Amino acid sequence: MIDFIEIIFTAGFWAATIRIACPLILATLGEVLCERAGVLNLGIEGIMSIGAMVGWMTVFLGADLYTGILAALIIGGIFGLLHAVFTVYLGASQHVTGIGITMLASSLGFFCFKLILPASTTPPKIKPFQPFDIPFLSDLPFFGPAFFQHTPFTYIAILAVVFAFWLMNSTPLGLSIKMAGENPMALEAQGIDVFLVRTIAVVLGSAFMAVGGAYLTLSAFDAFYFGMINGRGWIAIALVIFASWKPERALIGALLFAGLDAYQVRAQQLAGAVIPYQFFLMLPFLLSIFAMVIAAKRTKYPKALLIPFRRGERH
Amino acid sequence: MLKFRLEERAKSPYWLIIVSPFIAIIVAIILAGILIILAGANPFNSYYHLIIGAFGSKNSVAETLARATPIILTGLAASIAFRAKFWNIGAEGQLYFGALATTFFGTGLVVLPSTLMIPFLFIMGALAGGLLLLPLVLLKLYYKVDEVVTTLLLNFVVVLLVSYLLEGPWKDPMSLGWPQGKSVIDEGVLPQVLSKTRLHLGFIISIFLAFSIWFVLKKTVIGYRIKSVGLNSAAASHAGIPIFKTVLVVAILSGGMAGMAGVTETAGLKGYLTLDLSPGFGYAGIAVAMLANLNPIGVIFSGIFLASIYVGADSMSRAMNVPTYLADVIVALTVLCVLLSLIFVHYKILFFGTKKDD
Amino acid sequence: MTRLLKVEKITKKFGNFYANNDISFEVKKGEVLAVLGENGAGKTTLMNILFGHYTPDAGSVQFEGKAIEFGNTNNAIKLGIGMVHQHFTLAENLTVLENIIIGSRSIFSLSLPKRQARIKILELSKKFGLLIDPDELVANLSVSEKQRIEILKTLFLDCKLLILDEPTAALTPQETDALFATIRNMIKSGLSVILISHKLNEILAVSDRIIVLRNGSSVGETDTNSAVREKIAEMIVGKKIDYPKKTKIPRKSRVLSLLDVSYSETDVPSLNAVNLNLYGGQILGIAGVAGNGQTTLAKILSGHLKPTQGKIVINEAGSVYISPKSFMNLGVAYIPEDRNSDGIVGDMEIWENAIMTEMDNLCFRNRLGIINKRTSFDRSKDLCAAYDVRMQSIRQRSRLLSGGNVQKLLLGRWLMRKPKIIIACQPTRGLDEGAIASIQKLLLEAQQNGSAIILISEDLDELLSLSDDITVMYKGMLSDPIETTTTNKLTIGLQMAGDGF
Repeated sequence: MIDFIEIIFTAGFWAATIRIACPLILATLGEVLCERAGVLNLGIEGIMSIGAMVGWMTVFLGADLYTGILAALIIGGIFGLLHAVFTVYLGASQHVTGIGITMLASSLGFFCFKLILPASTTPPKIKPFQPFDIPFLSDLPFFGPAFFQHTPFTYIAILAVVFAFWLMNSTPLGLSIKMAGENPMALEAQGIDVFLVRTIAVVLGSAFMAVGGAYLTLSAFDAFYFGMINGRGWIAIALVIFASWKPERALIGALLFAGLDAYQVRAQQLAGAVIPYQFFLMLPFLLSIFAMVIAAKRTKYPKALLIPFRRGERH
Repeated sequence: MLKFRLEERAKSPYWLIIVSPFIAIIVAIILAGILIILAGANPFNSYYHLIIGAFGSKNSVAETLARATPIILTGLAASIAFRAKFWNIGAEGQLYFGALATTFFGTGLVVLPSTLMIPFLFIMGALAGGLLLLPLVLLKLYYKVDEVVTTLLLNFVVVLLVSYLLEGPWKDPMSLGWPQGKSVIDEGVLPQVLSKTRLHLGFIISIFLAFSIWFVLKKTVIGYRIKSVGLNSAAASHAGIPIFKTVLVVAILSGGMAGMAGVTETAGLKGYLTLDLSPGFGYAGIAVAMLANLNPIGVIFSGIFLASIYVGADSMSRAMNVPTYLADVIVALTVLCVLLSLIFVHYKILFFGTKKDD
Repeated sequence: MTRLLKVEKITKKFGNFYANNDISFEVKKGEVLAVLGENGAGKTTLMNILFGHYTPDAGSVQFEGKAIEFGNTNNAIKLGIGMVHQHFTLAENLTVLENIIIGSRSIFSLSLPKRQARIKILELSKKFGLLIDPDELVANLSVSEKQRIEILKTLFLDCKLLILDEPTAALTPQETDALFATIRNMIKSGLSVILISHKLNEILAVSDRIIVLRNGSSVGETDTNSAVREKIAEMIVGKKIDYPKKTKIPRKSRVLSLLDVSYSETDVPSLNAVNLNLYGGQILGIAGVAGNGQTTLAKILSGHLKPTQGKIVINEAGSVYISPKSFMNLGVAYIPEDRNSDGIVGDMEIWENAIMTEMDNLCFRNRLGIINKRTSFDRSKDLCAAYDVRMQSIRQRSRLLSGGNVQKLLLGRWLMRKPKIIIACQPTRGLDEGAIASIQKLLLEAQQNGSAIILISEDLDELLSLSDDITVMYKGMLSDPIETTTTNKLTIGLQMAGDGF
């Protein structure tokens, strides 16, 4: 019993929590941006997948790691643009478009991967981001290894939260995004192009998602596997609801979730013989559903979510 | 900046409705052809191999139709649910639940003569699929918990549950270490309908179910309620249509169809439950339903089309050295192209400055 | 006075329908131009053209001598045209300040000048008497406060011409007076105002000049000073419309009562210990500014919401099971206030909408649940004929019906069932005068046949002319009903603002 409690006092647990949280943080922020503007992006799972592939492949083909992130960012933006053309400009069903984008992005990613590396049975590896010690802080006992010996990509993910918070709360664009998701007519009446605002949000959000995927291949692991996203995108969508569409809460939600996940991995090692590992693997998904149920009571969806805006409609 | 807006057509011409999915498919195939060229192969040759692979012989036709069976059923599951704007994306999980029920009841627990055993397994599979969806429906109705996410997440849970059962308590001791379930008893196995092929009774049943669902949706009060709830649930409710009951029926029907897909795969194709029973049939069902514009009869054809892509892509891959993932790319492109074509069917695109003529 | 705006020969067609036909007029600096006309006369279309929402098919508009670019709201705003729509365009999840400043900056700029903006907003609100707390969340504001923000929004962008579309539709008489005071203030500061309305009295009180639109054409223009009331009224309507006359019938037995009914849930306005009695043959009018709980009350009365406290008694039955269906079976009919989004299923055919309430009736289906199309079609045709629903075919999609025909279809669908109780929310809002008269006539006929009617409306004239008794809803409370003959608009207006609660 003591062992189970001791887990949370190990630096390894906290370091793992942050490592697990990073892709979720980026993906959740991306979805927050989209949904705040009124667009549900179910393409998230596929966009993360192709982001992971493209980021990894870029590095594998010889570019440096930061170029890998940039490549993921761009591919995410491209798929975001596709999503926006369908859902924002043409007003197609956001559900179906999103699922279509997920199917397209992931299958295209796999196709290209197989095309470039046809015969590989064991996935080739790259040298991923290495832990970067923050001077002085990393030498602290416990706190050092827990919080200040992460890869640069991890710090980028945390900076992304700051960026998203600033964007949503202190810029005209953030304000416009919030308005586009609540009452697009209000935005239109102020002479601001609703389509443009929504498109920017979806493109930016999708870029975040792809970078979240790339975190897996460039920082957390060193190779690309099929199905490596493994539902992280869907979990991010649940986290968005849990986070009430706020970037800062997305951070907290992702950390909380990752903490539980990191805990279950360690608890699994202790209890592995008694409880089959599958039940531990189920936990993240069951937790997400549970989180949505808890959040449901106070959930206030952006009012214009899922509703296409049509210009010049007769009233 | 391009300025345009969409104007709804008062009435979409019939020819456009009929022709548009075919145009969408052609566009998807052309786009995928570009990928084939990228892969260094000749697209015409490749598609030739794809078609031969899917329809070139009695055996390949049978294989295509056998593959179409679960896809038609999950396609029906998606059609019913999407009509009511109930976004059940959990057909994959419901399929596995149906397969679990088949394994539970069909491997010796219940022994009935074949004529009763097969319907019994289908009913149990349908119940299992519906039962899996039920708590999520209730969460949606009572607590407004978004069903898109919950159904998606539950897919992962179910697959893990199947993995646990197949590696643990339900593992077939005769399987030489492979994680697979016990074989369905002979009375429960779906008989072949084309000798010396893998085409089984499940295909006929899926066609029959498609027509039944079409009848229910088109001719009965239940279908009428589903339609009204899907198109405008507030208005339907104000006219006394019971929303709760309707969505419940939708969920049971939808989950039931997907559950039966699990039955056909377990009792028909393989004879026992495995972890790779469904290579994404649940998700393919969404594509099938979209391609058929949610029409149950259309689902039969779009299901066969998708199955032929999957089956044909295998032999194309072998012959032309193009990754099999091309099949998934074609399916995804088809979904998006169909979505696009639906917009052109229902709306006219007016560019600013152009005169309106209607 | 110098000329600010010159509109020349504007024509706008929707399909074959001329929403605006060859309209020309001018607005001078520092004047209030009233655009009068009944619903559907083309006023709103015209203003949407000025404001850049629509592109006209012909004609031109000059503002301060420069031609305006059509279809570009941004351009209109930059020139100094501001518009307050009848339905407010505010984001409820943002503060007043945020709603106001959003249009003042490019979306690509990196900062939001909130501090300077707050100073300017406070200055403007003091100058024009538009008192508001800039940091309040819009969701917490009343209708008239929201209107103040809308006006401040345009002033904040330095507008020179303010277009107000039916600004008094949802205001109490007192709030209307306050609005007019603000308008006079604006005129004094050199701004111009275009006021769109169908209420002649208000127009005469505040405007300098009047133009009248009818069926999309301009039919007259006059200075307010020299205007003759009757003549303008005639110009507005064209042909004379017979409004139905009310005849009172003796009150029958009680059909419905609410005992201390309360409702409190997030997201909808709450109700606070509401008591109400309704009798057969009675029309009970419920007045009140929108958002004070009328919709919640209507939903409770129709079984769509379950009261958190209190009791509903229908037909003196001891207890009722609360669901829309069981209320329906007890004879309750419900006309929701937004007929397009809550009343009709636009993408279903007319016949399908017509029989929607009859799905359990074995005339229209068999026991297996198979719909009998023949009887359903016959019923739909009968309904359309009986209630004058004008359509091409019952197989037509319902969304193509005009607002008046939709309302007749919805009302007719219920009247076919001979309801004991009718809950009618804003039944004539946004309809043209002819349709208003027919809907009112149908309601009065239903009353003559013994139905009890609860009429929830923002239109005080309608309430006063139709109801036997009137009660006022304010912040979830309901006043004691008083006989219509013993009260007047002003008293009700004061009550609507909270007097006596």
